[in-house]
Amino acid sequence: MRSKWNLGSIGLKTATLFGFLFIHIPILIIIMYAFSTDEKTFQFPLPGFTTKWFGVAWERNDIWEAIILSSQVALISTFIAIFLGTLACLAVYRSQFFGKEIISFLVILPIALPGIVTGISLRSAMSLFGIPFSTWTIVIAHATFCIVTVYNNVLARLRRSSHSMVEASMDLGANPWQTFRFVILPNIATALLAGGMLSFALSFDEVIVTTFTAGQQSTVPIWMLTEFIRPRQRPVTNVVAVFVILVTTIPILVAYYLTKEDDGRKK
Amino acid sequence: MTSTFDKFFTFLFYRKSLALFLLLAPLLIWLGVVYLGSLFTLLIQSFFSVDSFSGVIKREFTLESYYDLFRQSTNWDIIIRTSTMAFTVTVVSAIIAFPIAYYMAMNAGPKLKPILYLGVMLPLWSSYLVKVYSWKLIMAKEGILTWCLERLGLMNVLDAILALPVIGGSSLSFSYLGMFLVFVYIWLPYMILPIQASLERIPKSLLEASSDLGGGPSQTFRKVILPLAFPGVVAGSIFTFSLSLGDYIIPTIIGNSSYFIGMAVYTHQGTAGNIPLAAAFSVVPIIIMMIYLSIAKRLGAFDAL
Repeated sequence: MRSKWNLGSIGLKTATLFGFLFIHIPILIIIMYAFSTDEKTFQFPLPGFTTKWFGVAWERNDIWEAIILSSQVALISTFIAIFLGTLACLAVYRSQFFGKEIISFLVILPIALPGIVTGISLRSAMSLFGIPFSTWTIVIAHATFCIVTVYNNVLARLRRSSHSMVEASMDLGANPWQTFRFVILPNIATALLAGGMLSFALSFDEVIVTTFTAGQQSTVPIWMLTEFIRPRQRPVTNVVAVFVILVTTIPILVAYYLTKEDDGRKK
Repeated sequence: MTSTFDKFFTFLFYRKSLALFLLLAPLLIWLGVVYLGSLFTLLIQSFFSVDSFSGVIKREFTLESYYDLFRQSTNWDIIIRTSTMAFTVTVVSAIIAFPIAYYMAMNAGPKLKPILYLGVMLPLWSSYLVKVYSWKLIMAKEGILTWCLERLGLMNVLDAILALPVIGGSSLSFSYLGMFLVFVYIWLPYMILPIQASLERIPKSLLEASSDLGGGPSQTFRKVILPLAFPGVVAGSIFTFSLSLGDYIIPTIIGNSSYFIGMAVYTHQGTAGNIPLAAAFSVVPIIIMMIYLSIAKRLGAFDAL
């Protein structure tokens, strides 16, 4: 039906190639600029290459504080999301009840509505009830939109894994807790880890909701945003950008391989 | 061996509805209280007002904020500007995304497919702020884009485009065109993946049937593939549209200081301290999204998500 070398196919290949260049080159450019000797401008071609900015960034306390805060927030939010998401998945999978659809909708809503809406809602509620801004207000916000990644990953795994194993375990005399601990949990473990990784990356990178719920503290994205608007040392910002690329890319790759392996095994 | 813990678990196992309730309660309490509660608070606050002398929020029902919002023509400009941008970004993203998604779903071999998939997924998940920033680097006057265009002898083309009314500006990074480019760049992967997924789901037998019945490639594309892939396009458009509607970082970093909905909300609640007006303003994208989602649902987009 389709010959390999017709014009449509060449056009399609070119379009795909340009599309991929378009979405990848800007990220490579950021990495390149982190090694520039140029301090003030965005001059291209770069006047020279240096690794000195990595050392400068290492010495900066404000960067470390932002990294520590972001890591704390991302870890705690991820644990809350794992707890809430997994319990809900166990309830939703294999049982029918009134309002089941509403739960999936409710979980998606915090990321389906524009971030500004989630941010301003949480902020207006916090101000109305006089809740002071702290690390915990950021955690509350982040956990809310992180639930969806855990929920989707775990639910997809539960739906794909066969229920006969659970039945076999019960037939062999395991009690419900043992069945959960030794059959269900190992089965969903990689999905949990993948969901958790994505949730960590999502939280580590979130900026819009964070600006509304953070008060005076800065997470890494807030720190970067401040630097974009009022730059102090441009090359240091580029170094932090490379760091952020690594911190978000690695969990995504890990999550991808964790869920891909599962696809291969189940098919 | 049997502990109280085990007994409790077994007890629950035979009381399905109690177990269901205990499993769901934490999530429902969290999303119900924290999230829906906040949305509700936002709605309530939009009916409060700010005392123009003291700046204190008066907790009485009034439509003053909505009146303020719609009375000023600048606010209408903001709403129209934001929606137009979101709409244009959505349409152009769909046009760019479709061939890529098509190639990924239909032409790529089993070795290339996972690489391409990862190649779209990584930018989708990787840092939003870094990606916006990279365009600031690219579009800066002394930056990489100027360098490339000079080598290609196309600088006069860029100057001519920047001289155009509305989309132009003093430089690319201070124009609607530049902002539009960044929006398309950032949201493109959100459009590619749902279209690819919907194309993957088209049974190959349908394409064979079409060609057996005498349909040429272009006829098959128009009559079979396009209608079946359309829900995927709509699904992708939910993301691109909603994300552009609420974004305030891109218009802050790139563009000519003219306001977008997100920036207006941010300014009203922050520097102006007028939470009721900010709340009323953010009800606008909620309503636009609700209308959009109901249309999308009718077009079958939710089955394609």
